[in-house]
Amino acid sequence: MINLARRDIVHHLKSYLLTGLGLGLLIGVTLTMAGVYRGMVDDAKVLLRAVDADVWVVQQNTLGPFAEPSSVPDDLYRALLGLEGVVQTGNVAYLTMQVSHQGKSQRVMVAGFEPGKPGGPAFLVAGRPIARAHYEAVADAKTGFQVGDVVRIRRNDYTVVGLTRRMVSSGGDPMLFIPLKDAQEAQFLKDNDAIIEDRKRLEANPAVNRPGQPGVLEAVQAIQTSSHKVNAVLLRLQPGFDARALADTIVRWQRYTAYTRDDMEEILVAKLIATAAKQIGLFLLILAVVSAAIVAFIIYTMTLGKIKEIAVLKLIGTRNRTIAAMIMQEALGLGVIGFFVGKFAATLWAPAFPKYVLLETGDALRAFVLTLVVCALASLLAIRAALKIDPAEAIGG
Amino acid sequence: MKLSDALKVSKRSLFLAAGVVAFIAAFVWLLATRGPLAPVGVETTAVTRADLSPAVFGIGTVEAQHAYSVGPIQAGRVLRVWVDQGESVKAGQLLAEIDPVDLRQRAEAASSAAARARQAAQAAQAQVAEADSRARLAQANSERYQALYRQNFVAREMADSRRHEASAATAALAAARANATGALREIGRAEAELQGIDQLRNSLKLVSPIDGVVTAREAEPGATVVAGQAVLRLVDPARLWVRARVDQARAQGVQVGQAADIVLRSVPGAALPGKVVRIELQSDAVTEERIINVAFDRAPAQLYLGELAEVTIRLSGLRDVLTVPRAALAQYSGQTGVWQIEAGHARFQPVQPGMQTAEQVQIASGLQAGDRLIVYSAKQLDDGVRVRERRLTPR
Repeated sequence: MINLARRDIVHHLKSYLLTGLGLGLLIGVTLTMAGVYRGMVDDAKVLLRAVDADVWVVQQNTLGPFAEPSSVPDDLYRALLGLEGVVQTGNVAYLTMQVSHQGKSQRVMVAGFEPGKPGGPAFLVAGRPIARAHYEAVADAKTGFQVGDVVRIRRNDYTVVGLTRRMVSSGGDPMLFIPLKDAQEAQFLKDNDAIIEDRKRLEANPAVNRPGQPGVLEAVQAIQTSSHKVNAVLLRLQPGFDARALADTIVRWQRYTAYTRDDMEEILVAKLIATAAKQIGLFLLILAVVSAAIVAFIIYTMTLGKIKEIAVLKLIGTRNRTIAAMIMQEALGLGVIGFFVGKFAATLWAPAFPKYVLLETGDALRAFVLTLVVCALASLLAIRAALKIDPAEAIGG
Repeated sequence: MKLSDALKVSKRSLFLAAGVVAFIAAFVWLLATRGPLAPVGVETTAVTRADLSPAVFGIGTVEAQHAYSVGPIQAGRVLRVWVDQGESVKAGQLLAEIDPVDLRQRAEAASSAAARARQAAQAAQAQVAEADSRARLAQANSERYQALYRQNFVAREMADSRRHEASAATAALAAARANATGALREIGRAEAELQGIDQLRNSLKLVSPIDGVVTAREAEPGATVVAGQAVLRLVDPARLWVRARVDQARAQGVQVGQAADIVLRSVPGAALPGKVVRIELQSDAVTEERIINVAFDRAPAQLYLGELAEVTIRLSGLRDVLTVPRAALAQYSGQTGVWQIEAGHARFQPVQPGMQTAEQVQIASGLQAGDRLIVYSAKQLDDGVRVRERRLTPR
């Protein structure tokens, strides 16, 4: 028995391949959209993974430090370090801001951490870790900074000493790691004009600047310009220690809110990017349905375009099974070509996106199965139409 | 006809097959290099022997070793301020005066009280002379009557009466003498009072305790100041240093006498040589920093107090030890170590790190000289992950 499908494809090779290519690009777009969605979720989790903290302690009744502002005293860690099971603590401060570099400003999330404690970059692609207590930075490669570059944050210049990768905030802004004390200063320090205005306001206030009480004014001013707050305290626990129980203890006795790693992931994924993720998710769904419909229509019309040939085949007595197999094989072939072209295209252009696009193997497999199912279903429709064709059309047409 | 037809078909199939093979090859290449199956790119280096010279970094401000605030010892109104900020002054130079208010009148009163006391003393002295003369006369009379009584020329009563007169006159003399001494003491008291007022008047003149420079003029004529409040602040410009704050976690090994580089914020390019001269016993418990005073080896001609300065203290180092780049040091499952490549896969090797510098870290144990290890990786590494050496950043 001859393979009709092969013969037919070879006969219309160019148009068959072009159709497959077109389908492939469509599938590629769908795959990319799925990648955008996955990348967005991954962006939200990447910091948690890199920081690798078991418990996050934040201000009472807040979803800090990312979803809500949170501020806790920077000596809280001493009390937390005394709890059973806590091995390491790290103070962290996060702020999203524009930093200027060579006159251009770049949006980054500045992360203040204490070198050697949780909260820093997990790995480097160039340079070295932060060694000094002030004015050094490790940047995500996406910022475009190079090792040795000098960036300005507020009133101080920072030297980029190392580069890392895939360190982004949940919003996708690349991160810039600096020593904690500098981050505290950057976060709470007002600009010079505001400081001077505040000083004048205080001087005019008779409650703090009373004649005959020298020194009170200076003391109040000193209090106003110093900051001993951080956004969160990260805890690493002994292996096997129950993070949930420890978090509950902290909530109950220390009067702070504590989240385990899972809680934090939930906050970041389900709360912080919920709307954006739903938006893209819905779009992805529509795109998938539309793609499936287009694939189905193309296969259907392709079959309808061969009415005459099929009528001839019927006329010469070809069995229905053979015709059905031909249509089915052609449809599946299109699906396979389309999937691979799509996967190829998506992998090729994914790194060019400004935000992270994560192409998961599982998604690819699902897309492959879905493509084949859609092709098979569409070909069933086409087969039904083909079998209804009157052999007389071969002569009549 | 048939042959060419067959040729045509086979040529097409050949093209087709070649196309398919090319596509599959490109697909596999793409997945293997950029897709999820790609090995993690890493850069490696070797464990080397090197000398380590660690440094500790801190920031501080330029401050005077001793700061003097000059003010009155009791409340008063500022009368005159003779010097202004930035002026050099000598030790003992008059800087400012406090309004004496009624002090001059009080001094005059005390002065006349002293004069009056001196006159009173003269009067008392005259009284003594008089009493003395009386006493001597009475004594002579008494002696005379005693002699007459012994020869029975006068009655005993007469002699007794004369003796009584002599005793009374002697007592009067003692009283006059005591009076005179009291008057002399009164002079001392009045003069002491006058001196006290003079001293007070001197204390209202604020003089410089040192050869130095005025850094602040905090009160102007007419202002009322309380006791102890500064009117002027002075420093000794020859004794300026940097009061640097160093993170307690890194302050280990800092000792008096170690060399340091001081970079002033106004001159960011130039490092001035200095030396650790004092480590304060009292650290800052809130900021968790140790306070280290670093003096300039040769102070610059003009220094500004309160200027921010970066201090890098060079600690004593180690010679010829095993080192790896600090970027290679990683944390994995609660251990410190480095990543190595074993047959194309990443493997974690726990090590014992020692002294650290900005770039290098000493390896106390866990690695041998010449061992290869991963410095940079394109992703967070995990045990057993496939890795491949390649350039991660263009150079």
